[in-house]
Amino acid sequence: MKLIILNDYDQASEWAAKYIRNKILLFKPGADRYFTLGLPTGSTPLGCYKKLIEYYKKGEISFQYVKTFNMDEYVGLPRDHPESYHSFMWNNFFKHIDIKAENTHILDGNAANLQDECQAFEDKIKAAGGIELFVGGIGPDGHIAFNEPGSSLVSRTRVKTLARDTILANARFFDGDLSKVPTMALTVGVGTVMDAKEVMILITGAHKAFALYKAIEEGVNHMWTVSAFQQHPQTVFVCDEDATLELRVKTVKYFKGEAESKTHDAHMDLLKHSGCIESLKLHYGLVDNASLIIAVKTQIVENVDFCIIVC
Amino acid sequence: HRHSSGAVRVCVCDCREDLWVREGRILDPEKLFFDEQGYADKRVDCGGNIIAPGFIDVQINGGYGIDFSQASEDVSGGISFVGKKILEHGVTSFCPTLVTSPPAVYHKVLPNIKVYNGGPHGAGVLGFHLEGPFISVEKRGAHPEHCLRTFKYGGLQDLMEAYGSLDNVAMVTLAPELAKSQSVVQELCQRGITVSLGHSVANLSQAEEAVQHGASFITHLFNAMLPFHHRDPGIVGLLTSDQIPAGRTVYYGMIADGIHTNPAALRIAHRAHPLGLVLVTDAITAMGLPPGRHTLGQQVIEIQGLHAYVAGTTTLCGSIATMDMCVRHFKHASGCSVEEALEAASLHPAQLLGISNRKGKLDFGSDADLVFLDDALNIQATYISGEEVWRK
Repeated sequence: MKLIILNDYDQASEWAAKYIRNKILLFKPGADRYFTLGLPTGSTPLGCYKKLIEYYKKGEISFQYVKTFNMDEYVGLPRDHPESYHSFMWNNFFKHIDIKAENTHILDGNAANLQDECQAFEDKIKAAGGIELFVGGIGPDGHIAFNEPGSSLVSRTRVKTLARDTILANARFFDGDLSKVPTMALTVGVGTVMDAKEVMILITGAHKAFALYKAIEEGVNHMWTVSAFQQHPQTVFVCDEDATLELRVKTVKYFKGEAESKTHDAHMDLLKHSGCIESLKLHYGLVDNASLIIAVKTQIVENVDFCIIVC
Repeated sequence: HRHSSGAVRVCVCDCREDLWVREGRILDPEKLFFDEQGYADKRVDCGGNIIAPGFIDVQINGGYGIDFSQASEDVSGGISFVGKKILEHGVTSFCPTLVTSPPAVYHKVLPNIKVYNGGPHGAGVLGFHLEGPFISVEKRGAHPEHCLRTFKYGGLQDLMEAYGSLDNVAMVTLAPELAKSQSVVQELCQRGITVSLGHSVANLSQAEEAVQHGASFITHLFNAMLPFHHRDPGIVGLLTSDQIPAGRTVYYGMIADGIHTNPAALRIAHRAHPLGLVLVTDAITAMGLPPGRHTLGQQVIEIQGLHAYVAGTTTLCGSIATMDMCVRHFKHASGCSVEEALEAASLHPAQLLGISNRKGKLDFGSDADLVFLDDALNIQATYISGEEVWRK
């Protein structure tokens, strides 16, 4: 697991957005090779989405060959309701970028048969070749997507009844009227996210600190479903200082120190790896996972002529 | 191959928000995205301009040498000519207005025009505004005295005798103190025709009675009516009257040309009842023409600068300010927001005429009648049904 600690929400959002951007660029997606991205909703990823939109507008990235799979959607809420996750994704992301509608996938909470809808979603992920990078958030009770405490850690996409806490927390989006808050949702399972090649969890704010502690310093426990990712080969947790408030000082120091040493090593590796080439070639590389090196090499030279570090 | 979705995406202010149009209506892009997997066929960059609903002028007597109240040989040609010119002022729909005229004029002019949609040919016609002849002699303003009428029957017959037909009539201005007027107000409202109070010496209760019978507009507030008096506010008192039936709004026209109303009076009206303010030009034949003498209805008028007088007097007989000038002046004089100034020329007239379900708004499903403005509210381009019909 990698734990990346940034100073505040904005920096954490930016780091996460760059990570996603760089992953897509390095993948070099094309018509026969789509980059599959799992996406969350909620207030935590908003900053990250804003940054990604910025990079798209600057021409740094295109979503033309990106397929997205959202984690969840309410059951029974009209699709054009302002609080539906369809509306969230449209307003906060899709409408600002060049993604094609047929490449976006969000569970349909109004499907005639909800079980079939969930199975179809799993099939679509499989048909797309699995998910390259699944981005998620964490609830104050440690849940990922709507996998509330007690959810199976090998669960698949299914219908879930929402916990009382979740309904209360959501009431503010429905004019404080509890009767208007959806009580069920369709959600990817913990197992579904575990199948992804890589997982990135965004956690910001002091109110998530206890959940982060439970997720990474305690054992794997279905009461804190995000803890399941301790058993995933490639997970990165991105958080701000406030989210680390319940962690041991030792944990924080370890991960902060690791980040510093990795930067230097990765840089040296990349330069050594240059080699000799006859013609102009662009080479992408990652330094500390947040900066992108574009090393331009020209003819018959051992070393890199010049190095553009995009931060 | 993707089939064309037919959608045009118009980009607004630094892409802060985009407006989508299809088949002449404003489109919900979220529906297009999720339902049809569609995206824009065409993108129009409006370079940071403000997009507002097209302006609606409910009181315009002519312009560019055309006088709507003259029974010319080519009535529809004249109305179309003006309709084309006012696109430059951001007006996408209008009510050609006829001042008090003899029955012969109404009988000749009215049958010539049907309500029609605007387009590259010009702004759409929403119906006639008949200002008179059932008005007060003392407050006739520039209207010819010999053509004024009273209600003999208190019903449809009076209207048919004067006008010949009520087809394609959107609004009638009358004086509610005239005997038997209240039943006429009812008769008109039942036909979906807006009744406006103006050119009148009515007191507040007479005006309130008319509103209770269905009247919903005041023709050029302050002009051609009794001045506000603190013990009888007259028609002006409707702005704050407590006798207005629940759920109804009384709208009032204001000629915000800086001449017909003192800016302080404009501000008093606006502050008393901001949601009812409707900007009108009350533009006359000479609008758009150089200074000199011109014909209006049955009388001759004289242009001096931005003023238009009944020839040989100091009685104002209409304005030559354009709608966009009125919007700018209104904003400047009242200190209101950009949105309020634009709504006074678009949303409020649409609400007055009961057509706000398709005009006067940028809601999904509304007609895509639009105007692009720069930050100083100068018109940069005009669109009708999603098609560009004028550009600066």
